[in-house]
Amino acid sequence: MSDLRAAVAAGALGSEESYRALLQSIVEVARAIFGARASSVFLHDESTDELVFEAVAGEGSEELIGRRFSSSTGVAGWVLVTRQPLVIDELEQDPRFAREAAESTGYVPKGLMAVPLLHAERALGVLEVLDRPQEAAFSLKEMELLGLFANEAAIALDLLQRAREARAVLQEEDGEAAALARLAGRLAEAEPEQREAARRLLEALEAFLAASDSPSSESF
Amino acid sequence: MAKQEPAHFGDPSLPAWSLPAGSAERIAIGVEWPERVTRDWAIGGSTGEGVRVCILDSGVETGHPLVGELDGAVAVVKTEDGQIEFNEDTEGDLCGHGTACAGIVRAIAPKAGLFSVRVLGAGFKGSGPVLLGGLRWAIEQGFDVINMSLSTTKRQFAELLHELADSAYFRRTVLVASAHNMPVESYPWRFSSVISVGSHEEPDPLTFFYNPAPPVEFFARGVGVEIAWLGGSTIRSSGNSFATPHIAAICALIMSKHPELTPFQLKNVLYLTADNVGGGK
Repeated sequence: MSDLRAAVAAGALGSEESYRALLQSIVEVARAIFGARASSVFLHDESTDELVFEAVAGEGSEELIGRRFSSSTGVAGWVLVTRQPLVIDELEQDPRFAREAAESTGYVPKGLMAVPLLHAERALGVLEVLDRPQEAAFSLKEMELLGLFANEAAIALDLLQRAREARAVLQEEDGEAAALARLAGRLAEAEPEQREAARRLLEALEAFLAASDSPSSESF
Repeated sequence: MAKQEPAHFGDPSLPAWSLPAGSAERIAIGVEWPERVTRDWAIGGSTGEGVRVCILDSGVETGHPLVGELDGAVAVVKTEDGQIEFNEDTEGDLCGHGTACAGIVRAIAPKAGLFSVRVLGAGFKGSGPVLLGGLRWAIEQGFDVINMSLSTTKRQFAELLHELADSAYFRRTVLVASAHNMPVESYPWRFSSVISVGSHEEPDPLTFFYNPAPPVEFFARGVGVEIAWLGGSTIRSSGNSFATPHIAAICALIMSKHPELTPFQLKNVLYLTADNVGGGK
């Protein structure tokens, strides 16, 4: 593998790790600020229409990462579909809810706050904060705070998705981006005269593509 | 179910596209407006009787103690070939959201007819076309009030939703929609032809405020609300989703007492009787 290709791939991989760390930090801070028992971020996987655990702080922790459940049931699913935040102060221990909750949180909470992660026109996932202290009644100030965390988490989730897409493109052996990365690698390894010749060839290719682009763009 | 046109649609002379000399009689306003519109004039003694409220949501659990019986229930589904179908809904509520909204309307307007149109619960994919199809169908049925405790962020649906919201407005169907508590571009609550609702923290279900700084137009009870939950139970919950049916129910109370009001006039009555405006007291 060429140095440059390795560098590009490492960049995409490295950024995925950074964005995961950012998401993790967001749920840790959310949990701490609300004094909650747990907090998690779910990503909506559009291809399977499922919610996937991307970050978990507190109860449930690491083993939940990557776990999936349907977006058609449960509080997280309905928050995603309605695009409306929702706070439940006291949950009845309805067996249907308990099963759903255990599936989607790892344990049965007494209360939860859930907010959709909206970025531009997309609903990317859901942020949940479980079991904030019950002594104080929930207030709209907390709802606002939850919205601020949701904004942060939505940006991090968007970056994470982009990093994954970039990596997927680079890993596609037949794809143009992968071919370009391979070409860049060969260029980096080439002798100075070869590089000069290759640079002129690439400039010619770029001029050719620019020329064949312009008539079609004018026709619009 | 037969399509029901609003009463004024039966009058061949209306809508009036122009007003020739001497024909002001044709558009006589059938409302006796008092000198001062008060809460008592607007809803005093009203039970919501005769008003049909549609809960466009996740379905409603029939027979829940806080909901009682429904006038009807329809499930909107997208078939494999992409068609939208309307089937009688026998599954009830898939997540609890619609039952919660229905319970709030029932508590405030106990004699209003409740009808469920299920557009949620089949996952995230395809929820846009199902929502649009369900709303279009509900408007065609001529419901007096449609409660929408949901929204979409997709621009591609915004234009169609806008047309639907305007057509509801002209057909005397009041659309009451949950606003966002964040500066989010979502629909239909941002359209001025709907009544958009955010939350306040007061415990009284009939306390509501007009917001002079829209797009959110009204604030209703949305914090610590006792809501109907699946399996006949209740829970305490917060969110604009639950503030919205409070205003939907208050609209039903007003329309039951003053059935001739247009959505424009109704919004005026809401404004004049809001707790931060004169008539509220």
